[in-house]
Amino acid sequence: MPKETCFHCGDVCRNQSVFYDEKNFCCTGCKTVYDILSSHDLSGYYDLQQAPGSSPKNTSGKFDYLENKDILEELLDFHDTELQIVSLYIPNIHCSSCIWILENLHRLRPEILSTQVDFPKKTIQITYKTAGFGLKNVVQLLTSIGYEPYISLDDFDKPKKTLDRSLIYKLGVAGFAFGNVMFLSFPEYFEISEFWLDRYKYIFRGLMFAFSLPVVFYAARDYFVSAIKGLRTNTLNIDIPIALGILVLFIRSTVDVLFNYGSGFFDSLTGLVFFLLLGKFFQQKTYSFLSFERDYKSYFPVAVTRLRENKSGLLHEDAIPVYEIKAGDRLLIHHAELLPVDCLLISREASLDYSFVTGESSEVQKTSGDKLYAGGKQCSGAVEVEALKTVTESKLIQLWGKSVFTETKSATFTTLTNKISKWFTLGILSIAILSGLVWAFIDPDKAANVFTAVVIIACPCALALAAPFALGNILRIFGKHKFYLKDTEVIEKMAHLNMLIFDKTGTLTTTQANEITYAGEPLNLMENTLLKNALRASSHPLSRGLYAILADYDIQTPDFYEEFTGQGISCEQAGQTLKIGSTNFTQALTLNNKPETAIHINSNRRYKGRFIFKNSYRKGVSRLLQQLETNYDLAIISGDNEGEEKMLKELLPPGSKILFNQNPEDKLAFITGEQGHRKKVMMIGDGLNDAGALAQSEVGVAISENVNVFSPACDAILDASRFQDIAAFLAVAKQGVSIVKSSFVLSLCYNCVGLFFAITGQLSPLIAAILMPLSSISIVLYVTVRTNLASRKLKAESLSL
Amino acid sequence: MGVIYLLLGLSILVALVFFVIFIVSVRKGQYDDVYTPSVRMLFEDELIQEPKKEMQTAPKNKDE
Repeated sequence: MPKETCFHCGDVCRNQSVFYDEKNFCCTGCKTVYDILSSHDLSGYYDLQQAPGSSPKNTSGKFDYLENKDILEELLDFHDTELQIVSLYIPNIHCSSCIWILENLHRLRPEILSTQVDFPKKTIQITYKTAGFGLKNVVQLLTSIGYEPYISLDDFDKPKKTLDRSLIYKLGVAGFAFGNVMFLSFPEYFEISEFWLDRYKYIFRGLMFAFSLPVVFYAARDYFVSAIKGLRTNTLNIDIPIALGILVLFIRSTVDVLFNYGSGFFDSLTGLVFFLLLGKFFQQKTYSFLSFERDYKSYFPVAVTRLRENKSGLLHEDAIPVYEIKAGDRLLIHHAELLPVDCLLISREASLDYSFVTGESSEVQKTSGDKLYAGGKQCSGAVEVEALKTVTESKLIQLWGKSVFTETKSATFTTLTNKISKWFTLGILSIAILSGLVWAFIDPDKAANVFTAVVIIACPCALALAAPFALGNILRIFGKHKFYLKDTEVIEKMAHLNMLIFDKTGTLTTTQANEITYAGEPLNLMENTLLKNALRASSHPLSRGLYAILADYDIQTPDFYEEFTGQGISCEQAGQTLKIGSTNFTQALTLNNKPETAIHINSNRRYKGRFIFKNSYRKGVSRLLQQLETNYDLAIISGDNEGEEKMLKELLPPGSKILFNQNPEDKLAFITGEQGHRKKVMMIGDGLNDAGALAQSEVGVAISENVNVFSPACDAILDASRFQDIAAFLAVAKQGVSIVKSSFVLSLCYNCVGLFFAITGQLSPLIAAILMPLSSISIVLYVTVRTNLASRKLKAESLSL
Repeated sequence: MGVIYLLLGLSILVALVFFVIFIVSVRKGQYDDVYTPSVRMLFEDELIQEPKKEMQTAPKNKDE
């Protein structure tokens, strides 16, 4: 029998499925969404894409903090007495149906005036009337139809950012001027001495001069700024010869026109700036749906529930922004909420998941009076705690105070282009001065001419374009292969690496596929049947995982069934009782203290055994490590215990470092240590626990099962499905840099040809106008074709697997 | 040949018009999101039916 899938979300319908309106739904949540949509004539949602939805989560009380005025103020884009505008990030936006339903929200609630979706960014901007309505209602409405917005501390104190569109404006100005100057200078390319031209050339030249003004003083401003900065810090960057070239071009042309020496080089000037800006634009590929700058703020809640005694001595709850938490405050942490501060547990018991901090995914039991550190996720119902510190004083947050997070890496890295430009600038200046001096003896009138001609023709347009186009192209190709880089500099850094360090949990192992083994007395048929039926009703991830691998048994409804959050399930069927869950819950015999993730089984009050969950290694790990070990030093640092040391030793070449029980600061220190031994390190990790290491390493790569969910601050994000291609990506990056080098040689050849004309004193505007675009365009073509060829390896690599 | 002044003036004027249109479109944010409008465009037919359908569902809206 083919499995029925949910009409709303496309999941396979299990046994609690609902049949409604002649359609199958996997749960009542999905049915409710369908009901809401179809009753408002929004069933067009299902016409655009099959099963586009996602089932809503139960979130009563979760968004109460959105009624707090201070919090609202921070979150809203705009507000007055009647209207509010808010931008929300909704990770769930994934298809055209999503856009359609979200832009038709006003049909669900008349208070909503308009909504606009930005699909690449996965954001929605909602304008609504505030009369009897508020942000809380908006968020609840979105949640009820399966589009829960993600609101984190990051939204809270974000500066209201304005988009920087200056590069587009500059490109527009330069392109506009370039086109017009070309058209105005065209007549003079051919017949200089014609009567008609002679009469009108002043107006043409004057106009060209006028057009070049905004190009030099507005469009090319960044080059001057950067050149001055370079001179101040004594680094001869590529912008110095460019700025010099632009300046000399402009002054020489103005003088030529003013004193009627010639038509000037305005065409070359505007063209140069236009091409350079085009290169910048091409290099500036951004993945708007990704963020490379995340820190703990993206994970932390905006608000927390504070318990306060009022005058009559009764406790009452109010929501306060997390920044307002003071030591001594009593807080209520709901189920699945993150602890925002270091605190003391007041409630009797708590079960915390510190995977966010340590990378190890097992729950830790705490009892009343224990100290809890910020970053743990509460997993067993709501608990009361007393704050010990403020948010910024908490232990986890202090990691971000370290200098690795405040310094930008690019400050210490010199790109290939800038390395070459040092010699280039010195070379050009000496050639220009030398040939100027020589000409001063031959023909003093021409000396200044030759000097300027050399600087003009040697203006490193092609040189400056080679790296942006070559590396920009590789950046795009990597993006197509689900390897997203922060900028093109990362490619150059990747080419210089000599050490790779992997995190274990979540990086070498997957978080999705678990290997489950059973240890203990075998279960009989009755126990097995009851186990399967009990797990069917549970939504705990471990239950789901175990349910999926158990063989099918008759479907029966247990006579008695109860699930204890964070502990386990208790159920009974025809005299057979079964307790499924944690060690305490099942009175498990704790023979070994080896920490492991397991579901324990207790049958008829007797402990039977346990299902052990092991993370399985990613496909192709051993092959990848074999490919890498010839060129790189390898190491593994893990927050986990040494349980799998033997297995890892087999994977790595002998002598490699394998470290266990490393906290985030240890990882950072390890990388700093290796860098002290002249290692250029690439850190490959996944969680926030690797954040320090990712920031410290030359190239920090975050592995992500789903690139739409959050990954810590890093230089690159790699989709987990392409993990086995890391070697290929590194090879292409290396090749990319060698392509840039070879294109430098090519552009130097063009410069030599140009210099010949310049030194011999025959550089006419026409030759400059031909040579400059010719060299630029051919360099761009050359690097584009070659990088495309180089990255064909990636395609072959992915097909072979 | 004085007509050259007129021709130059006109050609630059035309170019300027397009330039200004470009600047205005950038300023209005037309280049900020270049994907969503391409999808939104396809919904047009759906939205035209909207007034009629809303009348049918109007009572329900009030109920909420």
